[in-house]
Amino acid sequence: MSDTDHTSDFEPAAPNPDENHEPTQVFGEAEEFDLRPGADSCYKCSSCDTSCPVAEVDDDFPGPKFQGPEQWRLTQTDEDYEVDESVMSCSNCMRCDDACPSGVPLSQMHNTTRGRYVDEQMSKLSVEYWRNRILANYRTSAALASKVPRLASFAMNFGPARWAMEKTLGVTSERDFPEFATETFTDWWQARGGAQVQSADKRVAYFHGCYAEYNTPEVAKALVRLFEHFGYQVAVPEQGCSGTPMFANGMLDDACRDAETNVASLSALVEEGYDAVCSCTSCSMSLRQEYPELFDFEGTAEVAAHTYEAVEYLRIHEDLAGAVAEADVDGELAEEFAYHAPCHARNQGLDRQAVELFRELDGVDIEDVGDSCSGISGTYGWKEEKYDYSMEIGEEMFEHMESAEGETGMTECPTCAMQMEHGTGYEVRHPLELLEAALVE
Amino acid sequence: MAIESEVVVVGGGLAGGFAALAAARGGADVRLLSYKQSTLAQASGLVDVLGYPPDGAASDGDGGPVVDPYAAIPDLPDDHPYRAVGVDGVREAMAVFDEVADRYRGAHTDRNALLPTHGGTVKPTARYPAGAAAGVASDDRDALLVGFERLVDFDAPHAAVHLENAGVPFEVEGATVAFPGDLAADAKVTRYAKLLDEDAPVETRSGGQRRARDALAAAVETHLGGAERVGFPAVLGDDDPGAVRESLESALGVPVFEVPMGPPSLPGLRLEDDLYAALDAAGVSMETGNPVVDYEPDGGADAAGRVASVSIDRNGAKIPFAADQFVLATGGLVGKGVGSDREGVEEPVFDCHVPHAADRYEWFDTDAFGDHPFARFGVPTDGDLRPLDADGDPEFGNLRAAGSVLGGYDFAAEKSGSGVSIATGHAAGAAAAEAVR
Repeated sequence: MSDTDHTSDFEPAAPNPDENHEPTQVFGEAEEFDLRPGADSCYKCSSCDTSCPVAEVDDDFPGPKFQGPEQWRLTQTDEDYEVDESVMSCSNCMRCDDACPSGVPLSQMHNTTRGRYVDEQMSKLSVEYWRNRILANYRTSAALASKVPRLASFAMNFGPARWAMEKTLGVTSERDFPEFATETFTDWWQARGGAQVQSADKRVAYFHGCYAEYNTPEVAKALVRLFEHFGYQVAVPEQGCSGTPMFANGMLDDACRDAETNVASLSALVEEGYDAVCSCTSCSMSLRQEYPELFDFEGTAEVAAHTYEAVEYLRIHEDLAGAVAEADVDGELAEEFAYHAPCHARNQGLDRQAVELFRELDGVDIEDVGDSCSGISGTYGWKEEKYDYSMEIGEEMFEHMESAEGETGMTECPTCAMQMEHGTGYEVRHPLELLEAALVE
Repeated sequence: MAIESEVVVVGGGLAGGFAALAAARGGADVRLLSYKQSTLAQASGLVDVLGYPPDGAASDGDGGPVVDPYAAIPDLPDDHPYRAVGVDGVREAMAVFDEVADRYRGAHTDRNALLPTHGGTVKPTARYPAGAAAGVASDDRDALLVGFERLVDFDAPHAAVHLENAGVPFEVEGATVAFPGDLAADAKVTRYAKLLDEDAPVETRSGGQRRARDALAAAVETHLGGAERVGFPAVLGDDDPGAVRESLESALGVPVFEVPMGPPSLPGLRLEDDLYAALDAAGVSMETGNPVVDYEPDGGADAAGRVASVSIDRNGAKIPFAADQFVLATGGLVGKGVGSDREGVEEPVFDCHVPHAADRYEWFDTDAFGDHPFARFGVPTDGDLRPLDADGDPEFGNLRAAGSVLGGYDFAAEKSGSGVSIATGHAAGAAAAEAVR
């Protein structure tokens, strides 16, 4: 290439003499939830597309850049625009948010566009709609099942019933439904008489979500004992689902219903000096990021600013690293762990927390099994037509788990744990269980 | 209560990464804070030290590329970041780079290599991925460039003509083939890479099934002619590009190379993987996902002089990270480490001084390819890489800056982006660890 001398007649006009004229503000005052500035920030570098686990395996998925800013623009310019149904193939892992160097609110666009698709274009009589609705409202089924936990655990995994569910509803029969606990966390909480520690200035409200309530109360109990060990008064407020599976399925009305309950009870406690803590990284993600992006109940922003993931909270407010460095673990949890960071932990800056904390802990070893997505993404991997993609996405994680020293998995996310167990047969534990074993007598 | 470390690095790109690595290897307890994934996905993956002399430098001879970047560094302007680090500092940092990124080539010489790009230009660069090695433009073996019908970022016939016009010492042809399998019209580069990584079975046009690498080699074979090497767009695998290349080479019987592409770039993403693996091995703590928005000076709001902590904003909650030494490596205009509006130019975290004309019409040149002042906007530093205020005094005793947040150089014009980031990052991190001890 020769470097010719560029000449130009371009002479920029003199600055506008009217000091009050600001030519950059041509769209007037932004309304609430106006995604336009976000869409305008996209300069199409396609970093989001390279971060998308679905686009890597599914040839029918056009990727986050289209699903986000491009499709959002189309919905703005044409009242009759029909949302492309591929938005339902987004697994809501939100990795694109972390990849974007320009602050485009990709997952917020996906959530609003998906909600619009379900509202306006999806048949409410279709099997797919009801299948998604049932999956999204896991809490409702779990609450029923937990009344008869042993029967439910058996019936849900009874071969012929699973075959029928796949054929009629499109729920894959490849996976085992999680076992229901014989005693829910809140039953245990009430039986023990609630909080055992009182404190005027150290107070946390535990948002346990659905899974720790009905399926893994041992995680919830570990959180309670751990926080009481550090002198916190724990409250367990009235709560519904965080909404994560509902956002992913475009069921915004269902999400809104539960969000209203959650924001109301948590904001009341925030006013009393409580901070909210979660044991599930998707729950904390939802309260922190998706609520302010999608809802405007009184107190939404305050709840977001006062919500933490449980281990993160102790890292900030206590010398957790120092306590762990002095502790050791023996017995059942003296293991080598293969740790997988959930996608939703990444955007909150929590993907390295467990490995960095536990590498100082005597009696255990922990190895990060890489930065890939587990592939299940909540309800995504439960759908019969997505199952193969889900396993293809998870392949990298399975391989890393197999090559890791340990044969016990660890993660904060309930559905990642299902996928880890499903792909490798490993038992999977939560960091809170290990912290309890290390620090609580 | 703040989360405490000895050294906090703000920014997770090349500069932040090499700063954290040097500080950790210097014995410090290091934490790296990064708002987002690094912008390496937008980097070609070529690592330049100095490709062209800046306008007005003593070495600015015929406007051609720099032959030996190390020989050119002493002639750079005083405010160029390389002058703070010095030739030995650049060499030391590049030695660390070579150890961290062992799939890179070019360390055998001080001289720049010449690499073909996806636009058909020839670029001087100091280090290049092993996957690009068979493509160097100084090699006289005849080449075939292969593009894929649906991967519109690389037009092989067009690039071939461009290269010939650039005067390369070999014959070069371009061919466009259909990538095997029924990929979508807008398939992502990661989709191509994954199919090749997995060597997955794909549908061939005759309706059969064939492994992806074999099927691709078969599609290329008919175009091979007398070519002694074959260049593909840089999508030959993400996890194991070496194995993909070997398969293609054994099927085609000639060396295979990747042509660096524009964003999104797999070689850039692979470099990110190598860098972060090294950080992990060095025991660096890392936290990505929330922006650093503010800092707390030592001894309350009035006492300037030292930084006590920086705060990340997490959906309205401010979380402080305290340290003894800090490195600012937030990037330039792309990485958002330098911000501007119609009123002025600023460094948003510490509000460090960024020299710029008061009249914004003096920030740019009227000629699109002219010498734009904005390209050199950034913080000025002393010889220890500490940002300087308007009076020329250090802004803080324990803050150093590295990478494209620095002013005084136009990395796009002089092709020095990666080198400045690696060299200043390494120097800032090593100095921070030294100061802790």
